[in-house]
Amino acid sequence: MQALTRPSDYVDASSSQSEPDAPINAPKLGFVGALRFAWRQLTSMRTALLLLLLLAIAAVPGSLVPQRSSDPNGVIQYFRDNPDLAPFLDKIQMFDVYSSPWFSAIYLLLFVSLIGCIIPRTKHHYQAMRQRPPRTPARLGRLAVHREQELVGGSTGEAIEAARTLLKKSGYRTEIYTGRNGEVSVSAERGYLRETGNLVFHSAMVLILVAVGFGGGFGYAGQKVIVEGQSVVNTVGDFNSFNPGRFLNTESLAPYLLKLDKFDVEYETKNINAYGQAIDYTAHVTSRTPDGKTEKHEIKVNEPLRIDGTNVYLLGNGYAPKVTVRDPEGKVVFTDSIPFLPMDTSLTSQGVIKIPDGLAEQIGMIGFFYPTAAQLTSGAFTSNYPDLVYPMLTLNVYSGDLGINDGAPKSVYSLDTDKMTEIAGRTIAKDGGTAPIKLMPGQTEALPNGLGTITFDDARTTIKPDDFSGSVARFASLDIHRDPTQIWVGLFAVLILLGLLTSLFIPRRRVWIKATERPDGRVLMEYAGLARGEDPGLREAVDNIAERHIRSLGAVPEEAREGNVEA
Amino acid sequence: MTLDLFSVWALWSAIALYAISFVAFSFDLARRSAEVTAAADRAAEEASAQAAGSEGGMLANAAAGSRGGRAAGGTLTLEENHAGSVTASRSISLRIGVSLAVLGFLVHLAAVITRGVAAERVPWANMYEFAMTGTAVIVAVFLIALTRVDLRFLGAFIMGLIVILLGLASLNFYIEVAPLPPALQSAWLVIHVFVATTGTGFFFLGFALTALQLIQARREAAGTALTAKRFRFMATLPSSQRLDNLSYRVNIIGFILWTFTLIAGAIWAEAAWGRYWGWDVKEVWTFIIWVIYAGYIHARATRGWRGNRAAWLSMIGAATVLFNFTVVNLFFKGLHAYSGL
Ligand code: HEM
Repeated sequence: MQALTRPSDYVDASSSQSEPDAPINAPKLGFVGALRFAWRQLTSMRTALLLLLLLAIAAVPGSLVPQRSSDPNGVIQYFRDNPDLAPFLDKIQMFDVYSSPWFSAIYLLLFVSLIGCIIPRTKHHYQAMRQRPPRTPARLGRLAVHREQELVGGSTGEAIEAARTLLKKSGYRTEIYTGRNGEVSVSAERGYLRETGNLVFHSAMVLILVAVGFGGGFGYAGQKVIVEGQSVVNTVGDFNSFNPGRFLNTESLAPYLLKLDKFDVEYETKNINAYGQAIDYTAHVTSRTPDGKTEKHEIKVNEPLRIDGTNVYLLGNGYAPKVTVRDPEGKVVFTDSIPFLPMDTSLTSQGVIKIPDGLAEQIGMIGFFYPTAAQLTSGAFTSNYPDLVYPMLTLNVYSGDLGINDGAPKSVYSLDTDKMTEIAGRTIAKDGGTAPIKLMPGQTEALPNGLGTITFDDARTTIKPDDFSGSVARFASLDIHRDPTQIWVGLFAVLILLGLLTSLFIPRRRVWIKATERPDGRVLMEYAGLARGEDPGLREAVDNIAERHIRSLGAVPEEAREGNVEA
Repeated sequence: MTLDLFSVWALWSAIALYAISFVAFSFDLARRSAEVTAAADRAAEEASAQAAGSEGGMLANAAAGSRGGRAAGGTLTLEENHAGSVTASRSISLRIGVSLAVLGFLVHLAAVITRGVAAERVPWANMYEFAMTGTAVIVAVFLIALTRVDLRFLGAFIMGLIVILLGLASLNFYIEVAPLPPALQSAWLVIHVFVATTGTGFFFLGFALTALQLIQARREAAGTALTAKRFRFMATLPSSQRLDNLSYRVNIIGFILWTFTLIAGAIWAEAAWGRYWGWDVKEVWTFIIWVIYAGYIHARATRGWRGNRAAWLSMIGAATVLFNFTVVNLFFKGLHAYSGL
C-alpha cells in the first residue's frame, strides 16, 4: 500500500522495514515494462533528490559570470576582459544560464518527476481520507509508544465510549473494533492535514512555474527616460526600449500618458559620515487616461505607481543638461535636454550630444557634467557633491562622420569616434590644440573651427547669481511593466508557505485505546501510538490522552508504565 | 560618549563575556572527557574483577543506555539506540558558561539596540549590522532552545563561533552610522532581513548539531569503547540519532524562515526593482541555499540517504549560508550592494 502513496524509496514506517534497500528490479522488461521502470525511477525520491542537488549546482555558474538578463553591460565588459574565454563560455550559454537548455532541462525533469509524484499521492490521499482508521493491532505492546493501566470496576464498553469521545474532541477520526477475545478498542487517526499540506506545497510549486511561464508570455516591460516637463505614452513606440512577451498583442497596451512634473531629491546634510548621500527620491507625475481624466501621483523607489493594470517603477535618475547649438548666423540647429548617466555618488555624469545636420560638419560631443565642480591637482574636474552647488559642463568635441547615416541603430549614450577627429579636448590641448569647452548654466561658448556656438541653457525662469539650484533639469528613468500573472505567483507563494507549515508541523499519528476485561473483573486499559512521519511529540500526546481518559473515568493515573521503549 | 560609541563598547564587552563563557564551556567538555576516562577505567577494573566469573560487563553501557531499537511498525522519529554512553555529572563550569552567555547576550542586545537608536532605524542595514544582529539572534535562539531541550553541550561550539564572527565583523566590517539609501527604505527591510537573519541563526544551530552528529556517528561506528582517544566527551552527548532528530527540527524551522525570506525578498524586489525575480547574484544564492535544504529534507526521507549523507547535505547548506553572507556580499557584483563597505 505504501509503495503506491509515495515513491518506493520513501522512508516510512512500513516500507523501510519490509522492502530491501536495492532498487526494485524486475528482470526481463518488455517495452512497456521498461517505460514503467523508467517512470518509476524518475518519480523516485532518489531521483528527485539528485535533480534538486543538480539544480543547486547548476545555478552556481550564473552567479560567477555576468548574465545578459540582469547585467548586459557586465557581459560586454567580460568579453572585453577575457577575449579568449568569453566566446567559449558563450557557446555553453554561461551568460544566459537561467534560460539555457541545460538549466531548463534540469528543472523541467524535476517538475515532471514532481507531477509524477503528486498525482498518485493525491489519489491515494483522497482514498485514505475516506477510509476508516485501521484495525487495532493485536498486540499493542509492540508499538513504539505504549502504556497500560488497570482499572477496578467499570465496563470495557463504557471505558471505550469515553475514550472515543475524548479522541474525537482532540481532532481524531475514530472507529470502534471488537477483538477476537472480546476486548474492545478504539482506533483513531489524526493529522491528514499533514499530507494535504505536503501536496498543496508541491502542487503550488508546479503552479508557480506555470504562472511564471504564462506571465512572461503575456506581459511586457518598457523603459523610458523622461526629463522634467516631458512625458511618456504607454505605447510601444514611445519607449526607449521595449521587451514584449511572446504572446503579447502590442495593440492592447493601455494608452495612458505620464508627465514628469518634477523630480525631487533629498540629501543628507546633518550626518557628516554620510554627507551628501541621497536619502529620498520622489518623482511627481501627472497621469492622463484616454477618457481625459488627469491625476497626480508620486513614485518612489519602493513605491511604484499601479495604474491601468500596469506598474510604473522608478529605477534611476540623473541630470539632463539642456544645450542649444547655433550656426555661425545664429540660427538654432539643435536644442534638447540630454540625459547624462551618473558615474559616481556625487553624480559626475557623462552624456553624448550628436549634431548630424545644420552645421558645416557633423559634430559629436562627449560631455561631462559636474553638479558641484571641483578641480583636481591633475587639472581634471570632478564633482564632490551631488546637488547643484557649482554646476559645470565640459565638452570634448569631435567632427567628422557620426556613422548614423547608414541607418544602423546607434546608442544615444555612446559616440563612435572612429571616423571623427577631436577638435577640442584635454588630450589635444596638451599638444597645443583647443581645450574642452567649459560651460556653466546660462553661458555660451564658440565651437572650434568657427562652426557656431553652444549654449548651456539655464532651466530656471528667475535667475539668482549665487544659487544654482534648479538650473539643470533632472531626469527619471521609469520602467512600465505589465505582468498579468504576478498576482497568481504571489498567491501560490503563499500556498507554498502555508502548505509547508502544515506539512512540517502537523503531526500525523495513530492512537489506539484498548480495554480488556480480566478474569478477576478488572479492566486492563492499553494506550498506544504510532507516528506517521516526523513526530517528536508522540509520547507526550499518548500520555496526555491516557491521563485525561483515566481521570474522566474517575480513576487516578499511575506513573506511566511504559511499554518496551524505556525498559 | 555617543550612542554609537557606546554600542561599540558594549559589543566588545559582549565579545569578552562570550569568550569567557567559551572557556567555561570548554572546561566542561574537558571535564566530561575526564569522566569518560574514569568510567572506562572503572569498567576495565570491574571487568577484570569479574573476568573469572562471567562474560564481563560493559558496565558503561548500563549508565544511560536506553536501548529502544526500532519498534514494530516503525516510525520516522528515530529511536534512541545509544550504546556506550556516560551520563555526565552536574558541573559548575557548565552553569558558569550558561550564565555568562546570558549576560553576554544582554550586553550584546544593548549594543544592537543602541546602534539602532543611534541610526534611527533598524540595526540591520549593512554587513557590520547584519553580523551584529545575526549573531545576537543565534545566541537568542540557542538560549531559548536551552529552556526546552538540554543543548548546553553545544555551548563551546556556539560561543567559539560567535566570538570569531563578532570579532571579525567588528574589526573588518565596522562603519559609522549612515542613513538608509532610498532602495532600503521599506518595511521589507525590517521583515525580510530580520527573518533571513533568524533563519540563518537556526541553520547555524543546525550546523552545530549536525557537526556533532557526524562526530558521534563515527564514534558509534568505531564501536563504543570508552577508551577511544579523541573526542572522549562525546560519550556524554546524545546519540547520533538523537542529534540527527534535533538538527532536523532546528533545520526545518530555518527552512521555513528561509522560504519566507525568499518570498518576502521577491515581493520587495518587485517594488524596488520592478521584477520579483531576476536571478540577481544574491537571489541566486538564496535560491541555492533553499534548494540545498529542500534536498536535505528529502534526503532524510529517502532510503539510503538518512543519517550521515543527509547530515552532509545540512553541512553543505550551512557552508553556503556562510558563503552567501561573506563572499557573495563582499565580492560578487549585484543589485544587493548593501555591505556598506
Ligand atoms: C521541485 C522540487 C521539489 C522541492 C523544492 C521539494 C521540496 C520539499 C520540501 C521542502 C519538503 C518538506 C515539506 C513537506 O513535507 O511538505 C518536501 C517533502 C517531500 N517531497 Fe518534495 N520537493 C520537490 C520535489 C519532489 C518530488 C519530485 C518528489 C517525488 C519524487 C517529492 C516528494 C516529497 C515527499 C514524499 C516529501 C515528504 C517528505 C517527508 O515526509 O519528510 N518532492 N519536498
